[in-house]
Amino acid sequence: MGSSALIMLLVCGIGFAGAGIVISFILAKTSKNALKGEPYECGIETTGTSWIQFNVGYYLFALIFLIFDVELVFMYPWAVAAKQIGIVALIEIIFFMFVLFLGLLYAWKKGALEWK
Amino acid sequence: MNRIFLYSFTEMALYIHKLLENAITNTVLLQITELAIIGVTLLISLVILCFFLGWMERRVAAFMEIRLGPNRVGPQGTLQIVADTVKLLFKEGLTPNKSDKFLFNLAPFIVVTASMLAIAPLAFAKNFSIYDINIGVLYVSSVSSLSVLGILMAGWSSYNKYSLLGAMRSGAQIVSYELSVGLSLIAIVVLSGNVSLGEIINSQQNGWWIFKGHIPAIIAFVIFIIASTAEINRAPFDLAEADQELTGGYNTEYSGMKFAMFLLAEYINLFIVSAMAATLFLGGWMPFHIGDWESFNKIMDYIPSSIWFMGKTFIIIFIIMWFRWTFPRLRIDQLLNLEWKYLLPISMVNIIIVTLIAIMGWHF
Repeated sequence: MGSSALIMLLVCGIGFAGAGIVISFILAKTSKNALKGEPYECGIETTGTSWIQFNVGYYLFALIFLIFDVELVFMYPWAVAAKQIGIVALIEIIFFMFVLFLGLLYAWKKGALEWK
Repeated sequence: MNRIFLYSFTEMALYIHKLLENAITNTVLLQITELAIIGVTLLISLVILCFFLGWMERRVAAFMEIRLGPNRVGPQGTLQIVADTVKLLFKEGLTPNKSDKFLFNLAPFIVVTASMLAIAPLAFAKNFSIYDINIGVLYVSSVSSLSVLGILMAGWSSYNKYSLLGAMRSGAQIVSYELSVGLSLIAIVVLSGNVSLGEIINSQQNGWWIFKGHIPAIIAFVIFIIASTAEINRAPFDLAEADQELTGGYNTEYSGMKFAMFLLAEYINLFIVSAMAATLFLGGWMPFHIGDWESFNKIMDYIPSSIWFMGKTFIIIFIIMWFRWTFPRLRIDQLLNLEWKYLLPISMVNIIIVTLIAIMGWHF
């Protein structure tokens, strides 16, 4: 079908979500009420802002992920060619994984993987 | 037109293609018409699929808890989800006053589009896929990880503490488990020496990778199932929308059709993940063969390829639904420990063993 199929899928996704939301907007009854726009909590009014500070741990994990994910993308070309290259590919990946594993161990030792 | 036409999607597609070719001479117009037909068919079948999955989810839950589940609307309650969708259609779509309105309305679009795009390279039957990209595995893993953007967007823009917490948890969880998913995908890429899904299926002609690849392939399969359950935010990894602690997680503030879009994307993702597992490890549309047992193999060949694919996919979907009623929910630190201290090192070692097996030709 060629790459135009991907554009078709993109249009499908946006069009489907858009059509659903627009049809619902036309059909649904709406009413104005000041309380409707309040954030949903337990019934009592919210105290302070809702955009609060969150645990820095989430951020740390995202940073480690970034490094590992880049390595993962590097591995795709190697994975396709591994069978043809033969034993050299095996030695290469052992070395690569060793370095990667050292990185993980470092993060582990530094306490980046602990949840505080 | 022969007997095979009745159950071969490929023949059907070719037949329609020939009909259109005779009717429309302009090539650009022909392609646009075909794309439109594919798009409409895909949307209709996806909606039916999501209705079915929603019904299946509730019936499986009821079956596990020894109760009946929805059984009033339509035969065996199959139309219950249709009724629910119609109800959602008539609900007002609220936007909180202080929310970031642009991002709040954009998030459902991103989530739906990301899951829709990932369908492209999946082979639903023999040689029957929308676009068999030559980098299929890489494409699916990259596109399906876009949905985390939509989830983070939804949680942040809602101006709600529950949503923000749910989105942050979901972000940390999805990105972490993506590594294990990626590594188990690479294990199969090494074994088959190909990134295109069609070629990977063809390489399983004489046996599925889960059987051919010995124990490392089974380890990769188990890791793939665990990690992808976490990636699509399903129990026991449903921290992002843990009902009991976060009400609805990142979609707390969403209502009406926008909420339905999140639900729809969730079910499409469930299907894509199961279809990927079926394609990579269980041979996609390839029938089950036992060595040189001619008569058995012939009987298996008579079952249409689309039924093979759907059967495998739905078995995996059932297993993922089974998880939900078997394991209690993990805490966030246990969840991240499981990924970073167990699954990731295991899959890294697994890759090396898989490479050894592939290079030495020890697999069948």
